[in-house]
Amino acid sequence: MPSLKDLKNRIESVKSTRKITKAMQMVAAAKLRRAQESAEASRPYAERFNAVMAGLAASVGGSDSAPKLLRGTGSDDVHLLVVMTAERGLCGGFNANIAKLARAKADELRGKGKTVKVLTVGKKGRDALKRDFADLFVGHIDLSEVKRLGYSNAQDIAKDVLSRFDGGEFDVATIFYSKFVNVVTQIPTAQQVIPASFEDEATGDDSGAVFDYEPSEEAILADLLPKGVATAIFSALLENGASEQGARMSAMDNATRNAGEMIDKLTIQFNRSRQAVITNELIEIISGAEAL
Amino acid sequence: MANTMQFDLVSPERSLASLEATAVQIPGADGDMTAMPDHAPTITTLRPGILKVEAPAGASEYLVTGGFAQINGDGLSVLAEKAIPVAEVTRSHLDDLIADARASHEAAKAGDDQSVVDDAAKLLADMEALGTHMSL
Repeated sequence: MPSLKDLKNRIESVKSTRKITKAMQMVAAAKLRRAQESAEASRPYAERFNAVMAGLAASVGGSDSAPKLLRGTGSDDVHLLVVMTAERGLCGGFNANIAKLARAKADELRGKGKTVKVLTVGKKGRDALKRDFADLFVGHIDLSEVKRLGYSNAQDIAKDVLSRFDGGEFDVATIFYSKFVNVVTQIPTAQQVIPASFEDEATGDDSGAVFDYEPSEEAILADLLPKGVATAIFSALLENGASEQGARMSAMDNATRNAGEMIDKLTIQFNRSRQAVITNELIEIISGAEAL
Repeated sequence: MANTMQFDLVSPERSLASLEATAVQIPGADGDMTAMPDHAPTITTLRPGILKVEAPAGASEYLVTGGFAQINGDGLSVLAEKAIPVAEVTRSHLDDLIADARASHEAAKAGDDQSVVDDAAKLLADMEALGTHMSL
């Protein structure tokens, strides 16, 4: 049975924990709004880009002269997994879910006898995968110093990936990130970026129009494909940013509620003990008086 | 015939402009071109340069680098990797761009593909000309 003083201390400590989680939740809510805004602002670019690329890829894709980024290297023996996670923890299952998906994919590929390489973006993913795949790591990109994600961050990652591809280090690249649905739902997603695959979005408004290309279709495609990789990574980074804040917000909301429940429980226990002490004292006084 | 067309300028980070325009001058990879309503459907890549927009509401200019423009009969979308309204461009923006161009020129010189070196040299010259043009 803890003493009254112990109980009081515990209540105080849980109260300050609740203050911290509450503050974290509010910070995450503010950041989430900003992250969501930038994710939405980037959407028109990505959509149009993919629509044009899908059209181009469909018309050039079949030929042998198609760029390697679209056609692939002709084999799929070496896979590069780009695992994008957060730099910070305390955001529920966010990092763990992405790591889990990446781990499952890596195991599956290795089971088929493929070579797997892992490039991590964000500290938490690296920590989560270090135990199983430390020997597969080929690089790490640190975004902890980045205050606000910009397109240039995505370009840096894309540059790294593309230079490895040009160097013949891998055949297929897949990015892992979390798609933001709403505050309580984030879906860990794997998306193949090299060789590029475009969903069939070409059936948009301009279907039927025959375009002139300046310079040639091939030249445009060769110019745009690397940008496509950067665009895909940029959208993934932004989705990830929003997902992270959303996950943190709901995790901290839960933590705050749990702390509240714990305080209630401890307060009841405290009051009961205090009542017991008072009753005890009364009994002692009364029985002392009766003995006289 | 329509006098105006829908003009959109988007960069990865945000959408910069969406308005009705009468003519837009695009710095295409193969040379400048001006798109007007009912232009033949065209897709062209961009070289770094100034995009000039003429609209009933007034003219505006943007510094754009990289990306492409898609023209179809009733509209024009420009997707630029970087786009800045000319009024907001400062010398330091330009210095960054020139530094980038110079770095890629140096990198190209290290290789042995002459056409890459030429392209990079042209980019560098373009950038420097841009600075003079804007009198920064």
